[in-house]
Amino acid sequence: MMKLNDIVIQTTTKFVLFIILAFSIFIFFNGHHHPGGGFIGGLMTSAAITLLLLAFDFETVKRILPIDFKILTASGMLIATLTGMGGLVFGGPFLSHTFGYVHLPFFGEVELATALLFDLGVYFVVVGSALTIIEMIGGDQ
Amino acid sequence: MTNYVIWTLLIPLLAGIIMLFIPQRVILQRTISIIASIILLINTVLLVFQIQTEGIQKMELGGWAPPFGIILVGDMLSGLLVLTTALVIIPILIYSFSSIGVEREKKYYYSIFFFLVTGVLGAFLTGDLFNMFVFFEVFLLSSYVLIVHGSTQKQLRESFKYVLINILSSALFVIGVAYLYAVIGTLNMAHLGERIASLTEPAPILTVIALMFLIIFGLKGAIFPLYFWLPASYTAPPTAIGALFGALLTKVGIYAIFRTYSIIFVHDPAYTHTVLGVLAALTMIFGVIGAVAHKDVTKILVYNVIVAVGFVLFGVSTMTEAGYQGAIYYVIHDMIIKAALFLLIGALVTVGGTKYLKQMGGIIKYHPALGWLFLVAVFALVGIPPLSGFIGKVLLIQGGTTVGDYWIVFLMMVASLLVLYSMIRIFLQGFYGKSVLSSKEEHGTTKGLLFPISLLIALSVLLGIGAEFLYPFVQTATEVLLQPELYINAVLKE
Repeated sequence: MMKLNDIVIQTTTKFVLFIILAFSIFIFFNGHHHPGGGFIGGLMTSAAITLLLLAFDFETVKRILPIDFKILTASGMLIATLTGMGGLVFGGPFLSHTFGYVHLPFFGEVELATALLFDLGVYFVVVGSALTIIEMIGGDQ
Repeated sequence: MTNYVIWTLLIPLLAGIIMLFIPQRVILQRTISIIASIILLINTVLLVFQIQTEGIQKMELGGWAPPFGIILVGDMLSGLLVLTTALVIIPILIYSFSSIGVEREKKYYYSIFFFLVTGVLGAFLTGDLFNMFVFFEVFLLSSYVLIVHGSTQKQLRESFKYVLINILSSALFVIGVAYLYAVIGTLNMAHLGERIASLTEPAPILTVIALMFLIIFGLKGAIFPLYFWLPASYTAPPTAIGALFGALLTKVGIYAIFRTYSIIFVHDPAYTHTVLGVLAALTMIFGVIGAVAHKDVTKILVYNVIVAVGFVLFGVSTMTEAGYQGAIYYVIHDMIIKAALFLLIGALVTVGGTKYLKQMGGIIKYHPALGWLFLVAVFALVGIPPLSGFIGKVLLIQGGTTVGDYWIVFLMMVASLLVLYSMIRIFLQGFYGKSVLSSKEEHGTTKGLLFPISLLIALSVLLGIGAEFLYPFVQTATEVLLQPELYINAVLKE
């Protein structure tokens, strides 16, 4: 497929990709106290994978990331719904969240909230649906 | 204590999500969907009885009290509509099993079906105007997918128009919500009702916003000048999907008008409810003209959907006890009978191989059951006494005469007569008449199609005979509509 020698874009992608991915994860975890969250984090991750798609071709990316994005979307929805139902299990209303302070070995004292799990669901749905759209439109040749 | 309100939303949502994982396993999907819909039905029956015995049910999402949090409210009006939805989807699902085709079933048909149901149920149960918008989008997005599902040429063309008109109305919805928020400062419906009721001198801007919401919900629910998109888009998709749309989608628009015009916008009924009444009358006239004029059986049916919207809105516009009761009876009856008629007409088109009345005839010779079921459905639609359409219309007429809208009542009776004419024409020409096809030439079978249809017809007959049983529930629903304080207090004060 690729006829031109696109060594420059491929090499740059290899470096930039990790910066974008790291930033998207940073944004994702940042959402509780600062601007960010599941939606923008998910979009940024999809942007990183789209960059990979631009630099390489579909088969390569499928080999690197053997993920069915439709299943990813469905899992995201399932995670978000189940997180909401967690509230029901503990006798509260639907979508009630809780948080606690946990001492982790490397990070020290960390505030963990169940809202993060809901956000993870959003993140998966955004990544999954964005990449499904791109795959559907671009991957047909 | 189990909270049935939230489970009403969670059951179809979870079913839809689970089926996203198994698009290829058709038999498993069918099993899951039928089990989920039966559980949903049991849940909604329990919900209705709970509302009847314990009063209005609510669920504060995340534990945040209204007006700050999102709230789901199950009062009797929502309860009855939710129950009817759960009743109607089971026959439509069974009809889909034998008519929709494996190709479509593998492309997430049942998932989208259940997402649509989630959206509709959510719109019935929400107590917050912006959440209503979100649930509207949930079922609209699902309906976009279903209308184009299978991508035949006609579906592609009609879905384009349908999406365009609904995006426009959704944008208007957001603008309306923004205006209301700017003026009143809250979006919780009970809180809105309380604040508007406490105004000593209602601002004219509220009347403007009320009419804006009438336009928005009128676009969804197909009232007079805004119904133009409906006939083509409801006939484009396969029968089962058309039945789902005809039974549920316009009714959500009607419910939203019902809700907003009984709880929120009651400050200037002399103006807003007169406009509503006039539009209802015009909807009946234009719907019935379409129904009588067309020679295509599916078109005749969809224009009858529009006529029914007019009947129900007229009941809302009277603001009387009888009018509200009639509107509630009629909307329940109409959800069931429209689903039945869509499925019947679908079976008729399958058997006859054509949509045009002129080309069909004598189908009753080989399909007596189909023919007589159709006749019963038509009689129920028009309101022949023992059947379900009767009691609703009687109460609507009673409500109309109480407030002196004699000309609308007269129009309604004429419209009923013409509805009968339009449908009986299908019976006389399509089913009775001279036989066109011999049994070998037929284009399809009614195998598996008759059972769901007879379920719906049986429901409709039961609804007519059991009107006495249903009456206390309708009365409870009407109480809340007549005294919005009951709703407001239940949501805000407890």
